[in-house]
This record gives sequence, C-alpha cells and structure tokens, in this order.
Amino acid sequence: MIRSVAFRSTILSIALFALFVIAWHLGVQQGASGGAAVDPEYARLVGAAAATGGQTPMPGPLDVAATIWRHFTDPFYVRGTNDMGIGIQLAYSLARVLTGFLTAAAIAIPLGFLIGMSPVVYRALDPFIQILKPISPLAWMPLALYTIRDSAISSIFVIFICSIWPMLINTAFGVASVRKEWLNVARTLEVGHLRRAFTVILPAAAPTILTGMRISIGIAWLVIVAAEMLVGGTGIGYFVWNEWNNLSITNIVTAILLIGIVGMILDQILARFTKLVTYPE
Amino acid sequence: MSEKYISIEGIARRFPSPDGGVTTIFEDLWFAMKRGEFVCVIGHSGCGKTTVLNILAGLDEPSTGVVVVDGKAIEGPSLDRAVIFQSHALLPWKTVMGNVAYAVRSKWLKWSQAEVAAQAQKFIDLVHLTGAEAKKPAMLSGGMKQRVGIARALAIEPKIMLMDEPFSALDALTRGSLQDEVRTICAMTSQTVFMITHDVDEAIYLADKIVLMTNGPGARIAEIVENPLPKARQRRDVHKHPAYYPLRNHIIDFLVSRSKSFAAEIEALRGAGRPYDPRHPPVARPGIPEPTIAAPVEPFRVSAAG
Repeated sequence: MIRSVAFRSTILSIALFALFVIAWHLGVQQGASGGAAVDPEYARLVGAAAATGGQTPMPGPLDVAATIWRHFTDPFYVRGTNDMGIGIQLAYSLARVLTGFLTAAAIAIPLGFLIGMSPVVYRALDPFIQILKPISPLAWMPLALYTIRDSAISSIFVIFICSIWPMLINTAFGVASVRKEWLNVARTLEVGHLRRAFTVILPAAAPTILTGMRISIGIAWLVIVAAEMLVGGTGIGYFVWNEWNNLSITNIVTAILLIGIVGMILDQILARFTKLVTYPE
Repeated sequence: MSEKYISIEGIARRFPSPDGGVTTIFEDLWFAMKRGEFVCVIGHSGCGKTTVLNILAGLDEPSTGVVVVDGKAIEGPSLDRAVIFQSHALLPWKTVMGNVAYAVRSKWLKWSQAEVAAQAQKFIDLVHLTGAEAKKPAMLSGGMKQRVGIARALAIEPKIMLMDEPFSALDALTRGSLQDEVRTICAMTSQTVFMITHDVDEAIYLADKIVLMTNGPGARIAEIVENPLPKARQRRDVHKHPAYYPLRNHIIDFLVSRSKSFAAEIEALRGAGRPYDPRHPPVARPGIPEPTIAAPVEPFRVSAAG
C-alpha cells in the first residue's frame, strides 16, 4: 500500500508538471500570435528585440529548456564583469550565504547556550531580541554600507543579521527546556559543568538548534537575492537584475528555477543533519 | 553513631503558598538507617516522599534540619548515592551501553575505554540485558528501561541506593521479576536502600523497615514498622507466613484511615501518657504476639502538634 501511494503520487506529480508545461506553452503561443504591428523601419532602427512591439515575448518552456541546457553545459565562463556563467554567480551567492550563516551560527549557538542556561540573562536579553528580530534584514543595508564601506561585506552582514535570530532563539529555547530529569541524572553523577553542557544539554537541545539553523538558512537564501540586487556586482540576485536590464526573460526564468533548487538543496542538507541528531523518546 | 549510617534530623520543607502564607509539606522528620538496611516509605501522594528522597539524593534542600550520611551532612548530590528515577530518566540519544557507560565514566574519569565498557557490561549482564547493549531506550519495553536504570545506578557501586517508585509504571509480572532481581542484587552487595513505594506488598517483600508517613501538608512520620518476616523470605511462600496478613492489614489500615486522622491519634497518645515524639516515632511489629509500641527512651516535650 505504501509503495502504491508513492507510485501514485509520483505519477500525479509528473502529470501536474506536464499539464503546467503544456499550459505554459499554449499560453505563450497565443500571446505571440497577437504581436502588434510595428513600422518595419522603426523595427530596423531599434533592433530585433523591439520588433515585437517594444516587448520581449514571454519565452515558452522550450526556450527556457534550451537556456537551461546552455547554462548547464557551460556554467563557469567569464566574459567580462557583466557576463559570467550562472554557476559562478551561484557560487558567489552561496559563498556569501555560507559565510554570513556560519558566522551567525558561531555566535548565536554559544550565546544562545548561555542565554538558555540562565533565566536572568534570558529575561534581560529578551526585549532586545524581540525588537531586533522582526526588522527586515535589508533595512540594515544602508547602515552596513555606511559603517563597513564595502558592498560585498555589507551583503554578508545582512545575511549574518537575518540568520542570527532564529538560531539564537531556538538554541536558547532548546537549552532552557532540557528535561529536568536528564539534568538530575547529570547532577547525581556529579558531572562537571562543561561535560554536562556537551554530554547532556547539547545532545538534548540539538534537534531544536538544528531546526533553528534550518529556518536561518532558508531566510538567508531568501535575503541574498534581494541583497545582491541592491549591492550589484556578482551573485545570483545581481544576475536576475542584470538579465532584467537585458530583457532576457529566459535567463530570469532559469535563474528563478535555480534559486528554488539551490534553496531546496540547502534545506534538505540541514533536514538530513536534523534527522541525525533527533532522538525518539 | 555507627548505628546510624543515614540520619535524617528534623528536616522540614516549606513553600510560599499562593495566598501569601507558607505551606509546610512535612516537618520535623527524624529517622535513622543502619548500613545494609532496606527501608521503604509508604504514604499518600502529596506527603513529600519524593522530596525526602530528593533531599537524600542532594537534589533538593530541606528548609530546616539536616541529613547526615556516614557522619557527614549532605551537601549536594554525590556518586556515593545512586538514584533510580521513577521515569527511568535514560538519555534517549544514548544506547543501553552508552547510558550505563556514561555513569561509569562519571565515577572513574581516568579509566580507559575498555575498563569502562567492561564495568558497564558487568552490570548490563547482571540485570539480564545481555544482547540489548546497542539498543536505544525508545526500542526497549518499560521493564527493560527500568533495568537499564538499575544497571546505571549499580554500576557506579554506590553506598546507598535511592529508589523513587521504581516499579510503579510496570505491569505486575515485570514488577515481580524486577523486585526479585533488586532483592537478590541488594542482598548480594549488602546495599543500603531507601525506596519509595505505593505498593504495600512490594514494601513487605523488600523492606526491613517500613516508614509510614501521614498525609500532607504537614506530614510526619507516624510509625516505623519493623518487618517481622524472616530476612530470607521467598516470593512463593512469603504470603503464607503467619505474620504476613497482620502486617499487611496494619499498613492498609494506616493508609485507609489512620494516615488522615493522625493528629487525633497524637492527642490520644498524649492523653495516654505516651506523648508522640517526632524524634522517636513509635515502632510497631505487627504479627508478633503482643505488638509493642516502643515508648520514648527519654522524655521529650512534644512540639505543638500540626
């Protein structure tokens, strides 16, 4: 029965995807057939792209597939600052996200640990966290640019500031809600503070901490696109904005798809780690 | 003083109550245990049994009074006093071996990996869990989990075992076989055991002395019942001993009626010229001809009852 559910859901997924592609294909063809008549001389003057009435035609699934294939076969070319392979752009974005995220983890997890261990610190820091948490990370961008004076580091800072809160809050919560009986076991065994932190509290809180990390990386990947659109230069966000300026809708659609896939992979990696540290009770 | 291996001296536990006053869970408890003695505490929920055990474990502190173990007042938890928790409290991310070895490692920090594993294995075998070493607690039955808890407590070779209703969550058959094992192991290692239970038969089967506590708040030790059954009792014939039912009835009578009305009993004792002395609670030996209620050795003024 389980196998048949998996089988049927796969069939349904494929069917839905096929339906979507066909609808997309038909929809695009309909739009293209109604192309506005343009003065041929004007068309010659402004170039081929504008010949369809000043509007780039919406690409069909076949155009996008061709572009994806082109990017996949040659992802790492560099032909100048505004023409780099999509693999290179993704690598830039990933490097920023990972730098910001790992820096945030290196600070948030130990700090969250201390906050979770002490009810006094927990309460003292709570109002700050509550105020800082809902701030859109992009709102920090001007301040970052002004103080850091480096657009690349500023975008990393924005990733840092957006990924720190879920990890901080989850770590503190996970540490504060370690079952009392487990702590009592450690106490009756006269386990020292440091050993207790690593052998009882950390494993007990690990699933909650990993969940925080998973939320953080999701947010970081959402924010990097917008941050790179602002700072420019490199990265998948800049790529999307650049292709918008080029009016290359196929490239934009390709990039959107890739952003989704990379985001999913990041999420799945952390989901895998979460599964490793989760314990059944 | 060598008589008193554990000496509970006038402990009380008070909490601020929601209405601004003070709630006293129990007060002025005095009680001593000899080395190698098996003591069960019986009383209704809320009389502070678990708090007494936590104070003995060093996990909790009395509001007043002290507990002296082996000539030293308790200051926090110690590896000399192992606790078997009601909820077994195994670390769910560790295997059976991991849980027992964790305790062994905590006691002997300098031991090699092999020494720790050998000590843990010895006690896993002792509680008949050989073969389940690599299992996580979630894969074990309730009885097996509690066996791991027992192995973990025994593996650190404690001087005292503290058990908080260790078998209450188990079915009757499993409970019976675990009681047998605990009895055998404790006799073998001549452990000093302090155990809380709700089960009268369990107390009769296991204990040398049974401490009866009155209902809380303001709980007291009403009586210490000395078990008249022979030390080498067997499960198959323990209930045929002539003293078994008098003893059982005595404890059940206490639980059903006397535990509630003990304040009136204190008054009656005072009226009879044998005032209740919290330092020397009456000792009973039901089932033995002419059950003697030991009079206080020296006259003490009874503090205002209640």
